[in-house]
Amino acid sequence: MGILDFLRAKPKNSANVARERLRIIVAQERSTRGGPDYLPLLRSELLEVIRKYVHVEPDAVNVVLESDSGHDVLELSVALPETEHDNP
Amino acid sequence: MTEILVVTSGKGGVGKTTTSASLATGLAQLGKKVAVIDFDVGLRNLDLIMGCERRVVYDFVNVIQGEATLKQALIRDKRMDNLYVLAASQTRDKDALTQEGVEKVLKGLEEEKFDYVVCDSPAGIEKGAHLAMYFADQAVVVVNPEVSSVRDSDRILGLLASKTRHAESGSGEVRQHLLLSRYNPVRVAAGEMLSVKDVEEILGISVVGVIPESEQVLAASNAGVPVILDNESLAGQAYQDTVARILGEERPLRFIDVQRKGLLKRMFGG
Repeated sequence: MGILDFLRAKPKNSANVARERLRIIVAQERSTRGGPDYLPLLRSELLEVIRKYVHVEPDAVNVVLESDSGHDVLELSVALPETEHDNP
Repeated sequence: MTEILVVTSGKGGVGKTTTSASLATGLAQLGKKVAVIDFDVGLRNLDLIMGCERRVVYDFVNVIQGEATLKQALIRDKRMDNLYVLAASQTRDKDALTQEGVEKVLKGLEEEKFDYVVCDSPAGIEKGAHLAMYFADQAVVVVNPEVSSVRDSDRILGLLASKTRHAESGSGEVRQHLLLSRYNPVRVAAGEMLSVKDVEEILGISVVGVIPESEQVLAASNAGVPVILDNESLAGQAYQDTVARILGEERPLRFIDVQRKGLLKRMFGG
């Protein structure tokens, strides 16, 4: 590190960017872990169908497989964009 | 009771073999009888890092297939007589490793009263990596402060919790250790590298050691001497701390902060 380094503009903090990206992707991958291998594909196909009717963001569809006292429940939730309600 | 410890990571090139060699050597230095096994069938490398590449006669697959006995295939370390290496086969046959075969070799090592068996996993999550972790009692997941390595480690931690003998039989769980290597405190301070705390928070597990990025690691591999034997090097000292922590000793983390430099050095480099 020399004297010139002090005069240069400070670069963007890339570690913060890495941390935020990892937080999101790790949380997403954990949510589908342990479930059947078809879950990610099911999620993307559902997203495709829903997008034929409503424009939603790619992360708006959430598919979770939960085991509750011997029953497996496939829970599907779709977050609709807020503006849809204003346009009848 | 033989303790089986897997060194794994998912991603390649993060320092699994360097770590396997140093942990095995460190455990042997403390008087344990240790065998270190290279599970990377087709890409044998542990022998080079341990410095015994010219003494490999029989390998892991030879033992599994009954072409050699375990005693014939175990290579005794030149430096310590309680440390042995079992080399990977150079065969291209992916199916040379079988679950029954691996179990047979591990049972044989237990009969020979080994205290620790260190399994050096190949990269990836294919058969070799699966078998390296399957029988483990403890796992050291090697991670670098870099996005792809951290993500792969999370996947490996998930596999350790579900795809091992302990998980499948319900006989307890694999004790997980996270080892952060290639750590550069200067770059962390500059905001260019994920910190120890970042990695711990993302993966939800605390580190068992932090190995600083060090020129001595390459020098040690060039010479075929595990870096833990280089008492002068920071990496060697960090590995010694790590071995002590794996054995249950509490030691504070070292070499994770920037060494203070004098004003002149800071202005004019060095």
